[in-house]
Amino acid sequence: MTAALLALADSRLPAGGHAHSGGIEQAITTGVIGDPVSLAGFLRRRLTTAGAVAAGLAAAACRAVDVADPAAVRPADLLAALDAEADARTPSPAQRAASRQQGRGLVRVASRAWPDPAWASLPAQPHHPLALGVAAATAGLTPRDAAHAAAYLAVSGPATAAQRLLAMDPITVAAVTARLSPEIDRVADDAAAGDLPADTDPLLDLLAEVHAARNDRFFAS
Amino acid sequence: MPPDHNLDDYVDPYSPGHRHGGPLRVGLGGPVGSGKTALAAALCRTLGAEYDLAVVTNDIYTTEDADFLRRNAVLPDDRIEAVQTGCCPHTAIRDDITANLDAVELLESRHPGLELVFVESGGDNLTASFSYGLVDVQVFVIDVAGGDKVPRKGGPGVTASDLLVVNKTDLAPMVGADLGVMRRDSDAVRGDKPTLLISLREDPAATEVAEWVRQQVRARALQEA
Ligand SMILES: Nc1nc2c(ncn2[C@@H]2O[C@H](COP(=O)(O)OP(=O)(O)OP(=O)(O)O)[C@@H](O)[C@H]2O)c(=O)[nH]1
Ligand SMILES: [Mg+2]
Repeated sequence: MTAALLALADSRLPAGGHAHSGGIEQAITTGVIGDPVSLAGFLRRRLTTAGAVAAGLAAAACRAVDVADPAAVRPADLLAALDAEADARTPSPAQRAASRQQGRGLVRVASRAWPDPAWASLPAQPHHPLALGVAAATAGLTPRDAAHAAAYLAVSGPATAAQRLLAMDPITVAAVTARLSPEIDRVADDAAAGDLPADTDPLLDLLAEVHAARNDRFFAS
Repeated sequence: MPPDHNLDDYVDPYSPGHRHGGPLRVGLGGPVGSGKTALAAALCRTLGAEYDLAVVTNDIYTTEDADFLRRNAVLPDDRIEAVQTGCCPHTAIRDDITANLDAVELLESRHPGLELVFVESGGDNLTASFSYGLVDVQVFVIDVAGGDKVPRKGGPGVTASDLLVVNKTDLAPMVGADLGVMRRDSDAVRGDKPTLLISLREDPAATEVAEWVRQQVRARALQEA
């Protein structure tokens, strides 16, 4: 069980995440991030907002595939509703596009790793957390596992982007991510247990929109 | 693993080696400024009337090479896609090819009759190479101006590419490069695989490379038949 979760959260899983910075690139340009302390602050903020929402959606998507009676509730209907919930929780069009782009990438690799009829229940270019939830389900993982992968990825990818853009000491950055572990766990547990989180961060929305309009960006988001 | 376990169970039956149909995908890789975009433009000009073709560019910034191709009108706009590589051109063509696959698939869906797609990597270094999950064959482009020691230095691009192109032979006298040495060193590390010494300045049609591409298209058609 654990090995599949590690595979899903591994940054080396070829799902396209390496080209996305999760707002970090624009945060650096605007001066919000410039050193490990401001990076840690940004990552925490991202974790408790976008990360919590992603974790909740991933857990719910995993649960949708695991429904006890697929004849009564079609997983496809549940996933379509969740996809709409993800849209509603993502006011920035640029972030919605980035999420769907990464969702498509994850479906490509995870559906080959864990072939399952459940993949047919997903919309064509699903939001990334939904793809993550279905991947977790097809890999035999739990909704809570799906939430943990989503919460972890909400900080690990952006942290790597900051390291590349600022040429930071990779060990310092790795330590920041590792020390966020208890908070990642807490966010994931809460998101998997309760109602769908709806936390937002206007800063992230704004950064994403300004970033999308640039023509000199390294990262796709 | 139980002794009766079939190892085939671990292997994805849909791996790229089993891809059927669709265009021939040709990777154009190599160091910064060696002439990848110039070669892509030349091939589009020479082969554009023969094949239904398209190009994917990979750049640090979004569209420099794509814009060059558009400005030079070698192909209609809707046949050129630019990919962003997140500060890591190498990752985007070898370790995580997602963005490039998205771009190729977009072009394929937009142009159902597509026969040939060139994927130009971002300028990188001598270790850059394409995953065969992304391309069917790959061309590695180096240039004479980088010095005649480059083939000797080797690296996967020089040694393992399906075609090695040594571009800018017109500059050899200017930089004191010995073309004979480059030819000899390339042949020494590449076994039977071909190397072409060319100058896109003197032959803007890239005649020999275009002929090699035609052979690859024919070979793939035979495989598919
Ligand atoms: N003298 C000479 N110049 C050439 C030749 N081929 C290309 N160039 C020039 O070399 C420069 C770089 O060519 P590009 O095609 O942009 O090289 P590239 O490999 O695509 O570069 P990046 O994508 O930035 O890595 C341009 O100024 C070309 O005009 C050649 O055969 N001879
Ligand atoms: Mg170029």
